[in-house]
Amino acid sequence: MTIRYTAPAVATALLAVAGAAQADDLTLCWAAWDPANALIELSKDFEEKSGHSMSFEFVPWPNFADRMLNELNSGGQLCDLMIGDSQWIGLGAEAGHYVKLNDFFDANGITMDDFIPATVTGYSEWPKGTPNYWALPAFGDVVGWTYRKDWFERPELQAEFQEKYGRELKAPETLDELKDIAEFFQNRDIDGTTVYGAAIYTERGSEGITMGVTNALYNYGFSYGTPEEPYKLEGVVNSPEAAKGLEYYKALYDCCTPPGSSDWYMSEDIDAYKSGQVALQMNFAFIWPGVEADPNVGGGKSGYFPNPAGPDGHFAQLGGQGISVVSYSDSQDAALEYIKWFAQPEVQSKWWELGGYSALKAVVEDPGFATSQPYAQTFLDSMAIVKDFWAEPSYASLLLSMQDRVHSYVVAGEGTAQEALDKLVEDWTEVFEDEGKM
Amino acid sequence: MSQSVIARAAEATPPGVARRFRGLSDRAIAWIFVAPTIFLLLAVNIFPLIWTIRLSFTNFRANRPNAEVEWIGLRNYDRILTDSDIWETMQATAHFLCWTIVLQVLIGFSLAWLINRKFKGNDLWTTIIVLPMMLSPAVVGNFWTFLYQPQIGLFNYVVAFFTGADPTSFSMIGSVSLAPWAIIIVDTWMWTPFVMLICLAGLRSIPDSIYEAAECDRASKWRQFWTITLPMTLPFLMLAVLFRGIENFKMFDLVVQLTGGGPGNTTTLTSIDLKREAFEKWRTGYASAYAIILFVTVFGLASIYVKALNKVKER
Repeated sequence: MTIRYTAPAVATALLAVAGAAQADDLTLCWAAWDPANALIELSKDFEEKSGHSMSFEFVPWPNFADRMLNELNSGGQLCDLMIGDSQWIGLGAEAGHYVKLNDFFDANGITMDDFIPATVTGYSEWPKGTPNYWALPAFGDVVGWTYRKDWFERPELQAEFQEKYGRELKAPETLDELKDIAEFFQNRDIDGTTVYGAAIYTERGSEGITMGVTNALYNYGFSYGTPEEPYKLEGVVNSPEAAKGLEYYKALYDCCTPPGSSDWYMSEDIDAYKSGQVALQMNFAFIWPGVEADPNVGGGKSGYFPNPAGPDGHFAQLGGQGISVVSYSDSQDAALEYIKWFAQPEVQSKWWELGGYSALKAVVEDPGFATSQPYAQTFLDSMAIVKDFWAEPSYASLLLSMQDRVHSYVVAGEGTAQEALDKLVEDWTEVFEDEGKM
Repeated sequence: MSQSVIARAAEATPPGVARRFRGLSDRAIAWIFVAPTIFLLLAVNIFPLIWTIRLSFTNFRANRPNAEVEWIGLRNYDRILTDSDIWETMQATAHFLCWTIVLQVLIGFSLAWLINRKFKGNDLWTTIIVLPMMLSPAVVGNFWTFLYQPQIGLFNYVVAFFTGADPTSFSMIGSVSLAPWAIIIVDTWMWTPFVMLICLAGLRSIPDSIYEAAECDRASKWRQFWTITLPMTLPFLMLAVLFRGIENFKMFDLVVQLTGGGPGNTTTLTSIDLKREAFEKWRTGYASAYAIILFVTVFGLASIYVKALNKVKER
């Protein structure tokens, strides 16, 4: 009797084990923000089609790098898939955290020519400019600006601005125009409330002020080395023009930001804008779907424009991430399956519909894309002018030095812009010397 | 009744255990009991310390375990001791440490002196006063950032009410001159009750008979305070200073939540700086040297202080 009933039970158990071996539980690690919720929704399709189940580990932005880089550096197996920041690609590749994807792409007909070039360079390649891919572009992002279109359109404000500056009150095309507008709105009474000019990035602890100030520096001539000498810092990072860019950012902070905005990053800027405190907001493009849907500032009350040009260029800070397979994962095959699924044009289209910024050309070059959302054209224009921070394996040291030097000058007002950049060159030189690159 | 402790212990020892230890000397048995603790101490305290000293002479980076590690002698120490930024963080730490201790001792002792008097609702007030120290530092840091907000923060409105200043005209955590005081205020608010409790214990340990004798000798209240109260509570006060000094030297969470070390580096304390070097920049060798320097400093100061404390207690 016992044997008769046990045999089918064992067979069932074995089948269950076999089934479990085929269906993996994948954990995807990313930042905790709006697009992550969209990805959960999108991934249901993958779960349905593949039979694998998905878990998600999302960490708030201020702790994201800390938490996830510790995970990678310790060889942790928490994450099978990592949507890591663009600047981690050097470390991910050189320290062996990420699986190289070239063979997988070739075998599955995935080509990087199908993606926006800036995102391929920014999120996938290491060393930069070489066809060595460690990630699939997952989320295109860039710093841009949001403004209160409803305020800009008020006739009395239009007239006052015209009289004061001799031009129309509209989305600025240069950094100087942007500062004029911010100054115009600073401490202005709108509907009985005092409002301020602009919410900009000033955060000290993680990457905030660097992601903000670079939008001014790049356009004043600041550069990370030269094409001939990638680690040339002297006269490039601390050129007099770059110092003027830093002075501009400080002037913008001093004249036109809300009181107490000395440590603001993405979420604080969003809060200030949505609560009607500021006329302009610097932020990554990922927030735009949320702005459009907001009852206070959405539904046509807001407009969008790319980072304005400066005297020496027109660039915007690249954000966004690529998706990589973590080399310490026991479920690499299933993780690669996810990437294969994610790269499909129809999945990428759905990704855009849900609020994720696809980097696939087939999606963004679709004739209907630019008019699909009020911010779609600004996203395209911004992605065409991106520049990214160092993606070196020592990026964390390089970033922290910049945070320190720039915050000390812009917010704390220590020394001059030239001194701040000179010290930055000293710090970066030390890092590159330690790395044996200088 | 006259049975010795040893004999009683021997009687209480189960026969199995006694058989197992038979033939071992007292010294050997003592070693058997102490050995696990010594092993644990060596593994958890001494070995990491020696390992840290070793790492401090190298360029090791924990995030590159496969990279070649070079022996660089005293270069890390030289860099740290000649780095003006590190001296700035030391100054910020000293400023924070000195002012928090001074304020907490003054206010804590005053509160203890008031609470020590017998009045209605004494216990209730004691409970209310000690509430802040029961909160998590991360929570305290977080809600004080809201209190310090120039536009909506209660703190600015209270200051504005008394001074007539515009509440949005100053930012406690965004201003270079005010931020160091912002963290001192919060730490004082949170930890003064701890000092108060220690002082209260000291005040309550003074026998009433001493004050009665002083009254008979017609000593004034002022004289009683300087010759009885203060000397007899001094060891308690010194203990409170030691505790708060050690705690605030390694202060991290509260300040990170409040200011993140900013603006600039004005509130970057050594513990914050060390964490950045060790776990954000991953300069493990450099951070090890930094930690050793701090350890020697704290150990030296604490040793001198404990000797002074013992002398006071002996008086």
